[in-house]
Amino acid sequence: MYSNIMVPVSLAHIDQIDKALKVAADLARHYGAKVHYVGVTSALPSEIAHNAEEYAEKLKAFAKQQASTHNINAEPHTLISHDPAVDLDLILEHAEVTICADLVVMASHLPSFADHLTGSHGGHLASHSQISVFVVR
Amino acid sequence: MTMSSESQNPAAPSAEIDTDYLIGQDNIQPSIGPLKVDIHNPVFALTAGSVIALVLFCLIFDKIAADIFGALRPWLTTQFDWVFAISMNIFVVFCLYLVVSPLGKIKIGGKSATPEYSYPAWFSMLFAAGMGIGLVFYGVLEPLNHSLTPSFNQPGILDASGNIADAATVDAAIKLGMASTIFHWGLHPWACYSVVALALGIFAYNKGLPLTIRSAFYPILGERVWGWPGHLLDSLAALATLAGLATSLGYGSSQAAAGLHYVFGIEATVELQVSIIIVVTGLAITSVVRGLDGGVKILSEANMLLALALFLFVLIFGATSGILGIFVDGLVAYGVNLPALSNWVGRDDGYYFHGWTTFYWAWWIAWSPFVGMFIARVSLGRSVREFIICVLLIPTLACVMWMAVFGGTAISQLVNDGYTGVQQTIANWTPELSLFHMLELLPLPLFTSVVGIVLVLVFFVTSSDSGSLVVDTICAGGKVDAPMPQRVFWASFEGLIAIALLLGGGLGSLQALAIATGFPFAIVTVSMCYCIWQGLRTEPV
Repeated sequence: MYSNIMVPVSLAHIDQIDKALKVAADLARHYGAKVHYVGVTSALPSEIAHNAEEYAEKLKAFAKQQASTHNINAEPHTLISHDPAVDLDLILEHAEVTICADLVVMASHLPSFADHLTGSHGGHLASHSQISVFVVR
Repeated sequence: MTMSSESQNPAAPSAEIDTDYLIGQDNIQPSIGPLKVDIHNPVFALTAGSVIALVLFCLIFDKIAADIFGALRPWLTTQFDWVFAISMNIFVVFCLYLVVSPLGKIKIGGKSATPEYSYPAWFSMLFAAGMGIGLVFYGVLEPLNHSLTPSFNQPGILDASGNIADAATVDAAIKLGMASTIFHWGLHPWACYSVVALALGIFAYNKGLPLTIRSAFYPILGERVWGWPGHLLDSLAALATLAGLATSLGYGSSQAAAGLHYVFGIEATVELQVSIIIVVTGLAITSVVRGLDGGVKILSEANMLLALALFLFVLIFGATSGILGIFVDGLVAYGVNLPALSNWVGRDDGYYFHGWTTFYWAWWIAWSPFVGMFIARVSLGRSVREFIICVLLIPTLACVMWMAVFGGTAISQLVNDGYTGVQQTIANWTPELSLFHMLELLPLPLFTSVVGIVLVLVFFVTSSDSGSLVVDTICAGGKVDAPMPQRVFWASFEGLIAIALLLGGGLGSLQALAIATGFPFAIVTVSMCYCIWQGLRTEPV
């Protein structure tokens, strides 16, 4: 039913999205789908990395670790944003165009992204895209 | 810009500073109702607390505040004129040195970095944050003012009895007047912005330190920048930015209201001024929520086109034939008089040197943390040489052209047409009306005046927007992805301070204080030159 599951992740808040990660992995195994971990960073230093390259390395390591822990097929996607606090459009475009995702699994606590998705933007997403969204509370 | 993880190159040799400090390690994440915030402890509390305390002081003890802060700024700019003059000269010389030095090849963000913004978008944002409002307000007035009462106590274009002086005197006065104006809007202010922006850009993008003022001082302070010296630097920068923005917004609203009154005859009441602050703040909040690309970039570009249209209109319908002469002569006179104008020893033209030059110097330096940080944020991927040429030389030329067109037209209106409209705004000191009086003699004055008002209001929105972004980043310890409500908080906070001081009095006091912060920052910014040099020297070439 699903072949490409997108999971937006915030490397700084991994402990808060544990449940969503498990759900995504379970669904992926069930449907034989690939999990795409999408992280957004800027070229500026953040709490995770000194620059975007280092961030990408860390996300790659994270995806690898998820793949081996849950026995799934995983792929990391690092998106660079000028203003990562307003990254919604960037993630959605990437989900639709590059990943061709058919399901988004995400934690309700994911800062900024979930705020938008569960707010007025959720309606926008529901009416303008074919993607199913699973918000894990 | 998107990059998939597969296309990663092996890490390039880097000159990152090896520190154990983690961005956000001093941050706290309390929840206020349903909102989560992510703020630096204690920079956020120090900034917000001191701003609230100062605003209350200015409101409650308005007389005492006006006496203290009102005297503080002139005292600093007359007693320490040499500090301002020497600092600003150092910035210009340092920047010009970097253009010709081999260090100019180094790129902000390292060798593999590519620019994030096109030239038009980049230039638009430089002006929108840096001096857009000032150009609209003083572009008409200042060249005429300095031609009437030139620097070095030279004779002006009017003689003692108020008649136009002889041709040779008028010619010399206009040249010196233009040179004196360009001096305030040319190399010096942009060099000051360049130094701060370059320091922050290098230490954030190349050295991997958080995007806050303190990071630039790592070469001097070492690990101590993460402690109290750093807290104080960041808080002072955020405080100066907030106080400067809020008071500009307060004054800007009365200026915009005066413009509306002049053009449409609407009564410039306090209610109208408060409404203007609310509208500008509302637009700034909308813009700040839409982010850098969806908000301030679009507004800056749109306003740049509008400014360009007004510029071309005045160029074509204003004193066209004389403008080219004023531009060329002004630029030449600027070059000739630059050493004399930059000199601070034995000056006896206090009206110009203290009333204008050192006042401007304090003002530009006080704004440099805000403008510099915003410029740094959008300058990734530019080489140092390209950066200085684009942030120092091109904006200087653009300002000269603007002054030649707007000021040149106003001068020509007085000298050739005998029109005293703009001169009156100097005599009555209503700089907000100079533009409208000048436009009055050109075709379609109603239409162009509305364009002028829109231009000013949008520049206020872009300043408030980029300012909130900068204050939020400083108060979040350099995090650029802190929760959105924080930016909304800072933008609203600015609006509230402006309204409170407008209603209760005290705008002047807080603004004087904001400008007075230029004094400590002059010394801070000179040290930044040394830090930049240290930072660039350790970059792989």
